[in-house]
Amino acid sequence: MKRSLQAALFFAAATVALLFLALPVVAIFTRVPPGRLVRLLSNGVVTNALVVSLRSTAIAEALILLFGTPLAYFLATRRFPGRAFLVTVVELPLVLPPAVAGIGLFAAFGRTGLFGSTLDALGLQIPFTLAAVVFAVALVASPLYVRTAIAAFEAVDPDLVAASRTLGAGPAKTFFRVALPLAGGGLAAGAALSFARALGEFGATIMFAGSLRGVTQTLPLAIYEQFSLDFDTALAMGALLVLVSVALLLSLKLSLSYWPWQPSRRTSVSVFARSS
Amino acid sequence: MAALSADFRLGLRSFELSLGLAVERTVALVGPSGAGKTSVLRVIAGLARPDAGRVELDGETWVDVERGMFLSPERRRVGLVFQEYALFPHLSVRQNVAFGGRERVDDLLERFRIAHLAASRPRELSGGERQRVALARALAREPGVLLLDEPLSALDAHTKATVRVELEELLRGLELPTLIVTHDYEDAAALAETVGVLVEGQLRQIGAPEELVSRPADPFVASFTGANLLRGHAELLDYGLTSIRLETGEVVYSTDRARGEVGVVVYPWDVSVGRVHVDGSALNLVAGEVTSVVPVGNRVRVRIGPLTAEVTAASAEKLELARGGTVYASFKATGTRLVPIA
Repeated sequence: MKRSLQAALFFAAATVALLFLALPVVAIFTRVPPGRLVRLLSNGVVTNALVVSLRSTAIAEALILLFGTPLAYFLATRRFPGRAFLVTVVELPLVLPPAVAGIGLFAAFGRTGLFGSTLDALGLQIPFTLAAVVFAVALVASPLYVRTAIAAFEAVDPDLVAASRTLGAGPAKTFFRVALPLAGGGLAAGAALSFARALGEFGATIMFAGSLRGVTQTLPLAIYEQFSLDFDTALAMGALLVLVSVALLLSLKLSLSYWPWQPSRRTSVSVFARSS
Repeated sequence: MAALSADFRLGLRSFELSLGLAVERTVALVGPSGAGKTSVLRVIAGLARPDAGRVELDGETWVDVERGMFLSPERRRVGLVFQEYALFPHLSVRQNVAFGGRERVDDLLERFRIAHLAASRPRELSGGERQRVALARALAREPGVLLLDEPLSALDAHTKATVRVELEELLRGLELPTLIVTHDYEDAAALAETVGVLVEGQLRQIGAPEELVSRPADPFVASFTGANLLRGHAELLDYGLTSIRLETGEVVYSTDRARGEVGVVVYPWDVSVGRVHVDGSALNLVAGEVTSVVPVGNRVRVRIGPLTAEVTAASAEKLELARGGTVYASFKATGTRLVPIA
């Protein structure tokens, strides 16, 4: 009798947790009929925000891959004093409050910031432009990619890299023909993770880039604005982001489980790697 | 044939690897695991940097620490076959072989009997097939020296015997300086013309396999080559004989001359076994219980007290060794070697 009561309580707790996680998402789709949600998406506010979101996220993601991949490979394959410190520097923006990331960007690239005068002299102004959105998004989203990519590269058997070298391939050829294809699943998963994070960026963006419609107003910022003006439009954008998030989550899971040469399952979506 | 010469020092975790080696034909380094064998290959291939010394192939310098010279692995004409073969899992057999060099791929696939597997992925292959792919890939680069890391240890006991014969024939036909490392003395003796025993980074003895068996330099080499080693105290007698009082109390005789603490080396195949006490020409007789009987191919290894004897399966049956009981093990004084014990 006592055991069945325990089981019932356990089951009830699990059900509450599950419902709590699912309900907000379900609610977005139940309040307004789907047909109306689709029609609301043609609203100018939405299309403007969608364009800004897609452009900024695409550019940021390209930069993250271009610069983050070499950094991750370097940190995964070299052992040197200070490596743990550098890994921590990479991970820091993950735990940083977005508002702090935003003010940090101001302090670095704002008019009166660290590089402000340099940028000024070059005629460049970052804050409140699309570039500012890209900066904010890249800063907050790149650690997710770099962290996952480090784990993916670490999982590549060092013997395979060594074999490639003894077979006459230099470091560059070894990277492109051995390390990159073998770590591909983990890299794709990291890209999907950081893409999702980039698409949802709010705090750092609103501080560093503002919320200028058609210029820096991304979907999350538009949702926030429409929230008090036109709740149904805000909901429509929310629904759109839910669908994109589901797609990203699925692609992440697929790239991890069906990447044929994944050496181990070690590169599952554990965001923080071991400290060693 | 070109020759590889390696003479270097490298600090490892708990000891220093220090080696002077010339490889002209086939050399095997044999030693227990953790002796630094793989590190030797890594230094020669350029995957590790020695602390001092030089590595050269036929006058071409690969490393010279004193002159600050170090050639990266891709610039050395070296073929390294890894212990677990390290085949690229994302490439087909053909692409694996072509990774080393494109010109001779078809030739090599044919020669190693893997042409029918050209489109397969490494994980679809058996252990023996993987090894042939790894060898073909290493040779596709037209290396000046071939390095094999434990070539037989990734195979199960059943395939190992066949692969060993194949490998031996292959190496004989290659005419390439070859350095093999293995922990198995039998494999080393079967594959190489020269065998070196490496223990804790030091080369204890190097020579022809039969030389290591007949003249082991120290107790370790003796036991590693499969000999019995009986510890005792030696005293010189007349007639050029030495008597040794063993730790177990028995006295045995040897034609080697020595004094003090020694190890008596006797090979299992030099020990005869009988049920009755025979007064033959063998001076040494040890009586004892049969403690184990292990078939090894067509022979049987019998453990009698401190000794291991090797007899034919037929003798083992005739003497009913399997039922245990007391037997007499005898060996001639001329069949023993005395090695000093530190």
